[in-house]
Amino acid sequence: MLAKRIIPCLDVTAGRVVKGVSFVELRDAGDPVEIARRYDEQGADELTFLDITASSDDRGIIFRIIEQVAEQVFIPLTVGGGVREVQDVRNLLNAGADKVSINTSAVVNPQLVADAAARYGSQCIVVAIDAKQVAPGRWEVFTHGGRKATGLDTVEWAKKMQGLGAGEILLTSMDQDGQKRGFDLALTRAVTDALEIPVIASGGVGNLQHLADGVKIGGADAVLAASIFHFGEYTVLQAKQFMAQQGIEVRL
Amino acid sequence: MVDIAIVDYGMGNLRSVQQAVRKVAPQASIAVTGEAGIIAAAGRVVFPGQGAAPDCMREIRSRGLDKVIADVVGEGKPFLGICMGLQVLFEHSEEGDTPCLGLFAGPVKRFASGLRDAQGNKLKVPHMGWNQVHHGEHVLWDGIAQDARFYFVHSYHVQPRDAGLVQATSDYPQPFVCAVARDNLFAVQFHPEKSAAAGLRLLQNFINWNPV
Repeated sequence: MLAKRIIPCLDVTAGRVVKGVSFVELRDAGDPVEIARRYDEQGADELTFLDITASSDDRGIIFRIIEQVAEQVFIPLTVGGGVREVQDVRNLLNAGADKVSINTSAVVNPQLVADAAARYGSQCIVVAIDAKQVAPGRWEVFTHGGRKATGLDTVEWAKKMQGLGAGEILLTSMDQDGQKRGFDLALTRAVTDALEIPVIASGGVGNLQHLADGVKIGGADAVLAASIFHFGEYTVLQAKQFMAQQGIEVRL
Repeated sequence: MVDIAIVDYGMGNLRSVQQAVRKVAPQASIAVTGEAGIIAAAGRVVFPGQGAAPDCMREIRSRGLDKVIADVVGEGKPFLGICMGLQVLFEHSEEGDTPCLGLFAGPVKRFASGLRDAQGNKLKVPHMGWNQVHHGEHVLWDGIAQDARFYFVHSYHVQPRDAGLVQATSDYPQPFVCAVARDNLFAVQFHPEKSAAAGLRLLQNFINWNPV
């Protein structure tokens, strides 16, 4: 059967992998190409790179990183951050990305998702959603790295993105991100049950049980984590072995 | 004349395919091309593709590539279809009710929606991720373990009329065909260029393949 995917996430700025807590307080984790190669050797199913560079001057750096990774690592690569127009999607695909993740720009201009999916196929369009709980069973979509409220309901927004041609949803809980208390499982379950397309759970992983819970309780099709891998707490292989012991189908 | 032509008809990103082929054939000359003349003269042909069937077929026909594909296959040149490059070899796709190239008899059908796994979770469409491939005996599977996992991303799957052409199946949750072969033609639904060691091995086997 189809395996649940484990996806290490590399937040990249100024050519380095960094990790923050609830979207702030960045800590250096190393060289992105080296880290990508290490996770591939450990059996990562995909890699996600988020370019969190604030200034547009440094945008070129991510292209060189992706080019280098794509020459050495033969698993799917997703790249996001600062994607504003179809031309940005094209440039990232040409650099070696297999999928492009769109976040803020999907809210500002939903037609971008439709246009990019029509041009390059749904398989390469991931819509990233940063969600924050505002009431029991209700989560609001935030943009601009979590700084701006949109008033949009996360479940409704995810369904709309599916309708416009998104091939996958990368769902991050802002409440949980960096807290190491586990995914927002109710959020994950609400979104995955509402959709036909795969959902990647993100935000909050502090131990291997959290990854397993994302799949078993949250119903996620894939789980994404950063700091537990970056700072050597666990390898991707350990994560997969743990999930396999819990009866989850993984690629070992 | 190039050793390997990767057919470019404007559908999707071919860079990954090119990188992976270069990795397994560092000495070979490789062209990513939509020119019929270069494809016709190449030593072997890789035929990838992403996106929707109607768009793929429109681009293939508008570039006159339907004829050159049929020609190189007919000549006995080693030919590897990947993803949409498998599906469009069949007669007809349910996606957009699209007539395809018809090199294999049979239709291309969508996965049913609303399917659930044994735990009661929804099976999502597209079928995306690493799934086990149950393969038969063919030189392109050399060195690849039975039930090895390959990376898939697709919503439609092929249904060859001739069961004898099937080279591999996978399960979602029912068995579906994920590789077919006939003479010099081999085609797969998954992405060998994104399937780590198993995928590179299949590409390597293709590069070394000399069908009679």
